Amino acid sequence: MESVGLSGYLIVGAVLFVCGVICMATKRNGIGILMGVELVLNGANLNFVAFSQHTHLGLDGQIASLFVIVLAAAEAAVALAIALNFYNNHLTIDVDRAADLKG
Amino acid sequence: MESLLFTVYALATCGAALGVVLSQNVARMAFWLVVSLGCVAGLFFMLNADFVGATQLLIYVGGTVVLLIFGVMLTASGPFNTIKSEPAEMIQAGVIGIALLAILIPTVTSVDWVGNRDTLSHAGVKSPSGEFNQQGEGGTSRHIGAALLGVRVDQADASAPSEAAEAHEHHDADHDHGHEHAHGEEAHSHAGHDHAHAEVSETNQASGYLLPFEIISVHLLVVLIGASYLARAKRRVEQPTS
Repeated sequence: MESVGLSGYLIVGAVLFVCGVICMATKRNGIGILMGVELVLNGANLNFVAFSQHTHLGLDGQIASLFVIVLAAAEAAVALAIALNFYNNHLTIDVDRAADLKG
Repeated sequence: MESLLFTVYALATCGAALGVVLSQNVARMAFWLVVSLGCVAGLFFMLNADFVGATQLLIYVGGTVVLLIFGVMLTASGPFNTIKSEPAEMIQAGVIGIALLAILIPTVTSVDWVGNRDTLSHAGVKSPSGEFNQQGEGGTSRHIGAALLGVRVDQADASAPSEAAEAHEHHDADHDHGHEHAHGEEAHSHAGHDHAHAEVSETNQASGYLLPFEIISVHLLVVLIGASYLARAKRRVEQPTS
């Protein structure tokens, strides 16, 4: 049961986190940025569940990951509504065009 | 067998995440995201977190990604519309990402997690000792549901009798301290130790998650109302040509 250990899961979580950060930094599509956020939250979730299995965290880690999942769903709903609004106003989803507030 | 499954899931997860980063088409990014999230759910199942894995499949793969694909559909201005990133930006982000990974992975691998666990258990933090993943009792979902209602069935059994025993010991230590001055100092240190133990068990006996559950449900309601308010049908500023 302990043949994989904690470090493997943490490394997978780190890879997911870094991929999400790169995705958020480089994508110019607003939906792509949302997908990067989902990847980051999944890396954090994987860490939570791995710690809940392998350390003293117990059930708390799994409940925290459930809250993260629900918050990610809420965040996706609001961010998609904002993206639709942005698309209605600018006729594109390119976030580099969102320069209306630039001084 | 387990390490083989872990290798398959881990490689699929990381490869699909790289696919999300590297592909330029939004629909393909959504597909790679589905693959990555599904493999993360597989990793959850391997970690004995059956309820969280099922929730991941239901809410993430079934709900959030469908929402994202609807967003792609509603905001695509052409059938093969790709908004490309600059190659220089990709190179910069790749360098920064590899540097971040080179920080994170040695950090993860250099910490002695088993030693930390042994130190914590030696310091009096009680281990849940795998009570939450009993295979015959419907896995984790019953315990998670009870914890969301404010009852910690997985920790009440472990902490309630020991706390009573500690209170009894504490009373005994005070009794000794009052009567025998020769052993007073020793009893005092013993009482302090018991006090620390009681604090640890108080913080350890979590009182469930009823209040966060209520807060997050109200938050979800507010967010959905706000989303429907933000995304309501409005006049466009300039009509599209078609």
